[in-house]
Amino acid sequence: MSATLHREWVRHTPGQRLGRFLVTLLTVAALVWAIRTVEIIPEFLTDAPEQMADLLLRMWPPDLGHYYPSVHAALMETLHIATLGTILGIALAMPFALMAARNICRSAILNALAQLVLVSSRSVNSLVWALIFVAVFGPGPAAGVFAIAFRSIGFVGKLMAEALEEAHPGPVEALTATGASWPLRMLKGVWPQVQPAFWGVALFRWDINLRESAVLGLVGAGGIGVVLDDAINFFQWERVATILLAILAVVLLAEILVTRIRARLL
Amino acid sequence: MTQPILEIRGLVKEYQPGKPVLRGIDLSIGAQGITAIIGPSGTGKSTLLRCVNRLVEPTQGSIMMGGQDLARLRGGALRAARRRIGMVFQEYNLVERLSVMENVLTGRLGYVPLWRAWLRRYPREDLDRAFALLDAVGLPEQATRRADALSGGQRQRVGIARALMQSPALLLADEPTSSLDPKTAVEVMELMARLTGEAGVPVIVNIHNVELAKRFAVRIIGMTGGRVVFDGPPDAISNDHLSEIYGGEDWL
Repeated sequence: MSATLHREWVRHTPGQRLGRFLVTLLTVAALVWAIRTVEIIPEFLTDAPEQMADLLLRMWPPDLGHYYPSVHAALMETLHIATLGTILGIALAMPFALMAARNICRSAILNALAQLVLVSSRSVNSLVWALIFVAVFGPGPAAGVFAIAFRSIGFVGKLMAEALEEAHPGPVEALTATGASWPLRMLKGVWPQVQPAFWGVALFRWDINLRESAVLGLVGAGGIGVVLDDAINFFQWERVATILLAILAVVLLAEILVTRIRARLL
Repeated sequence: MTQPILEIRGLVKEYQPGKPVLRGIDLSIGAQGITAIIGPSGTGKSTLLRCVNRLVEPTQGSIMMGGQDLARLRGGALRAARRRIGMVFQEYNLVERLSVMENVLTGRLGYVPLWRAWLRRYPREDLDRAFALLDAVGLPEQATRRADALSGGQRQRVGIARALMQSPALLLADEPTSSLDPKTAVEVMELMARLTGEAGVPVIVNIHNVELAKRFAVRIIGMTGGRVVFDGPPDAISNDHLSEIYGGEDWL
């Protein structure tokens, strides 16, 4: 039998091709619209390198003598805000993570409610949380701690809910079969499975919070942002440089520390 | 037969309404020996076993054990009933990141309070018993190793030790050898038969391998389509029966 019939093969159906064309068109349209909206003034754009160079010259050399004691104290405060905020955030996030994980909480209404809480927490920027808590507690590090904690709830809660949903049901089923109660099944069946994810998420969030808490001072929520804001307002660019270098050093150290610990977790 | 330990009457399970997986099972299990349930995949063997310790909720029927209807129990009473029923799983279902010892000790979670499990302060007699069971299943040196470092056969031995740690009145084994190579499968069955024989614990085992079933069981139950179609001693099962249970005869 001679096979003369050629069968056609194309990657996409006509409908898929049309769809892909429309997505491309929309993306280009959105880009053009965005550029037209921000109204870049050409003069300012051409002027920018000059301004930047001027600023850097004013920052040089950094006023390193300014570091101790005021910048150092503010930096320590930032560290404390980040650490306390992370711990508080994790404590607040865990109940919602358990509630959001569909394999642990069987009620679709509670799942949705927990998701709503987690999304709300993430949808508000930490600077906005800080503004809210400055209004509640007054200016100072307490507002910063709560801002960091409330921003962390969504991040930690979402990632932990995902880790919980990925836990194998088999071991938990085995513990159910031994007659273990719910808390014991969580403690001995689920917790060992999500433990590496938990420490990974906690460290990662602490790393992020360290960077976020550095700017909270701009709205009066304590930390190194306060001294940064002051230095900028008084045009003390050498001091600004010192503060930025201090932040850079701490963020870098935290990054190295967190990466090393996370590599050992699994 | 002596007084049965388990009495199943009219057991029906429908995962979706109108589509029963178990179509009215009546069984009574004696107080000794291994009862093997054979049958094709998807015929409800696993569902039957899981209805007994309520990992699956029965739709209808009663499961009497020790004067209680297991199908009606709730909350604390259900947990108290479950801890008297050990279970061994096809995929072992160990907590991979815990040590062998802790996996064996999870067999006591129906008995120990939360704080003891949390602080790993298990009662002295539980620890002694766990070590004795590890010796008995042939893993005396492995107590501190993590469960995920063990081979399949070793894991199933830990699974058996965990189930026996419960001091069960009945042991359920759901395809305990299906993930193991033939030699290890026989060894694990031998171990299970010996230890449960010594402890006088009756066993219900789902098993694919008819030869293994005949070798170790005192009674074979053949299921197909959610019904029991054979029930008798191993030497009574014929090719006609097997053909009825599994369908077709070319494979025999």
